[in-house]
Amino acid sequence: MQPTKEQSLWMYENIVVSRRFEEAIEKVYLEGKTPAFNMANGPIPGEMHLSNGQEPVAAGVCAHLGADDIVTATHRPHHQAIAKGVDLKKMAAEIFGKSTGLSGGRGGHMHLIDPAVNFSCSGIIGESCGPACGAALSRKMQNKPGVAVAFLGEGAANQGAFHEALNLAGVWNLPVVFVIEDNSWAISVPKSEATAVARNDVRATGYGMPGHYIPGNDPYAIFDVAGQAIARAREGKGPTLIEVETYRLAGHFMGDAEQYRPEGEKEALFAKDPIPKMRDRLISDGYAAKDIDKIEKRAEARVAEAITFARDSAYAPQTDALTAVFV
Amino acid sequence: MLDQPTNERRLTIARAMAEAMQQEMQRDPTVFVMGEDIAGFGGIFGNTRGLFEEFGKERVRDTPISETGFISAAVGAAMDGMRPVVELMFVDFFGVCFDAIYNQMAKNTYFSGGNASVPMVLMTSTGGGYSDAGQHSQCLYGTFAHLPGMKVVSPSNAYDAKGLMTAAIRDDNPVVYMFHKQLQGMGWLGTEAGATVNTPEEDYTVEIGKAKVVRAGTDVTLVGLAMGVHNALKAADKLAEDGVSAEVVDLVSLVPLDRETVINSVAKTGRLIVVDEDYHSFGVSGEIIASVTEHDISKLKASPARVTFPDVPIPYARHMEQFCLPNPDKIVDAYRKM
Repeated sequence: MQPTKEQSLWMYENIVVSRRFEEAIEKVYLEGKTPAFNMANGPIPGEMHLSNGQEPVAAGVCAHLGADDIVTATHRPHHQAIAKGVDLKKMAAEIFGKSTGLSGGRGGHMHLIDPAVNFSCSGIIGESCGPACGAALSRKMQNKPGVAVAFLGEGAANQGAFHEALNLAGVWNLPVVFVIEDNSWAISVPKSEATAVARNDVRATGYGMPGHYIPGNDPYAIFDVAGQAIARAREGKGPTLIEVETYRLAGHFMGDAEQYRPEGEKEALFAKDPIPKMRDRLISDGYAAKDIDKIEKRAEARVAEAITFARDSAYAPQTDALTAVFV
Repeated sequence: MLDQPTNERRLTIARAMAEAMQQEMQRDPTVFVMGEDIAGFGGIFGNTRGLFEEFGKERVRDTPISETGFISAAVGAAMDGMRPVVELMFVDFFGVCFDAIYNQMAKNTYFSGGNASVPMVLMTSTGGGYSDAGQHSQCLYGTFAHLPGMKVVSPSNAYDAKGLMTAAIRDDNPVVYMFHKQLQGMGWLGTEAGATVNTPEEDYTVEIGKAKVVRAGTDVTLVGLAMGVHNALKAADKLAEDGVSAEVVDLVSLVPLDRETVINSVAKTGRLIVVDEDYHSFGVSGEIIASVTEHDISKLKASPARVTFPDVPIPYARHMEQFCLPNPDKIVDAYRKM
C-alpha cells in the first residue's frame, strides 16, 4: 500500500509539525531550569518525555485513521496526539498548565485526553492496550464503524497488561491494532536485556493474530503495513500486532544524561533522522523543493501559533483543582 | 531534636539507602536487589547507586517493566531463603502489580500459620510537589498501611533512612519502604535540606514501629511522616514566633503504628494536628485522630485538625498542585482555628 500524493505530504507535514513542536516545548521547558535543573521550575514543570525521532510511526499509522477512530497512547504522547488530530493549541496550553488546555491544567503532558478526536493516553506503561480493546469492543457491540490503535513502547510489551489485552483482542476478534514503537530503550534498560525474544512480532502467534516487524523507522513502510492492518480490522478480520524499529533522539525524559547509551549511538541515530530522509524521498519522487519548503514553513507557523496561544492563556483559578473529579 | 550522631558525615536519603543495602549485601549473600533501572543507572532516585559496580548483575538485577512478574518473583525467592529488595519505581505503579503485594507478599505468612516467612523489602517512591501529575505524585501511605501483613515505613531523614533500610532487610517480614522523592537529595526534584543529616558509616538499625518526638513542645502536637515532618517542623518555627510551643512527632513507621508516643504527646499538649500528604479521607490522618480520641477524648482541649491532600487526583499545573499540598502556613492556620 503506497500513499497518495496528499497522504505523503500530510505525513511529512505531520512529522515536521511534531518535531517543531517538541523543539519548541524543549526550549520552553528549559526556561527557569538553569543553572540548577529542578523539574518543578519554569513555565512547563514536571517530567517531559519528548518524541523526537519517533514521528514516522505516529504519522504512518494515523494517516489511515479518521477522527472517529480511537487512539490510546503512551507517556510519550505528543507525536501520537498530533498525528491523531488533537488540537495543537489546546494541547500546548495543557502542557503549560493553562485554563485553555485540554483539561484546564489538571492532566499535563502525560495525560492528554481529547474526546473530540477519540484520543487518550496514560503515564502508566502498557495501559494503552486494554482501553483500545474496550473501545474496539464497544464499536463492535454497537455495530458502529471504527478501529482502535494502541501505541506502546517495546518496554511495555513485557507488562501483563499487554499480553492480556492481546489475548482478549484475539479471542474476541476485535478491530484493534497494537503498534509497538521499539526505540530499544526502556529508560536505561536495553531491549536485549529485558525481552526474551529479539522481535515482539513473534509474540502475535500466541494470541492468534498476525505480527509484523518494520525496520528502519521508514514512514512509507509503516504506512504500508499499518494500512493493511487497519483495513483488515475494518473488514472485521481481527487484530494485528506491529512492531516498528524507531529512534529515540531525546533522553527518556528531559534531564536524562543518557550515560547508558554506547558511545556513538546517538550520533548514528541522528544520521538516520527521518525528516531529512523523507524530504529527500519526496524530492526524488518529483515534488518541488519550494512546495516542501512551504509545508515546513506552515508547520513552523502552526507550532508558533500554538505556543503563543499557550503562553498567552491564563491559569485557571487554583480552586479548579477541586473540580472535575466527577461529572 | 533528631536522633543524630555527633560525627560530621552528612548523607542524602538516596545515599543512606544505598549504603544500607551495600552493607547488608556484604554481610549477607542472600540479599539481592532488583527493579527497573536500578543497576547501571543506579535507580531513578539514586538509591541503588554503586551497588551494580560492587556486586554485579547477578545480585543487582535490572528487570523488564514487569512488576507483577518480578515482585511475585521476590515473594517466591523470599520464601525460599533469599532476602530480596525490590523497587516499584513510583508507588503510583502499584496498580499493575498489587496482587503480588497484598495477596501474596502480605498474606503468605498468615496463610502458613507463621510457618513460612517472606523476608523481602519493597521500596517505592512517593510524593509530589514537582508537577508530575496524578500518576506519578501520590503517597498512598494509607492504602498500603490499611492492608494487614506488611510493615510500612517512611523516613524523614537520612539517619532514619539508613537504619530503617537495614532493619527492613533484616526483618523476617515483608516491609514496604516508602521514600519521598523530595527528600532524596536529588536536586532535579527539588530537595528538602532538612532530610540530609549526619549518618554513621557503621551499620545500625532504626526500630520499625517506633515514632520519634523530633521537637519537644507543650501547646500542640503536630504529627507527620516523611515530608510531613519537615512541614511540621517549619510550622513549629512559625508558631514559636507567636509564643506557641509545638511538639512534632515523626511517625517513622505506619505499620506497626506507635500510637503510644502520639497519645502521650497529646496528653501533654491537649491539641492535635495531623499533617499528611496522602489523600484526606480514609487514611493516616483519620487513623491517628481516631487512635487518640478512642483512647481518651478528655485529653483534648480542642477538636483535632488535619492538614492533608484534598480528595482529588493530583493536578499537573503547579499552582493547582501547590494549592492542594500541605504546607507550614496551612498548619499554622489550622492551629489558629483551634
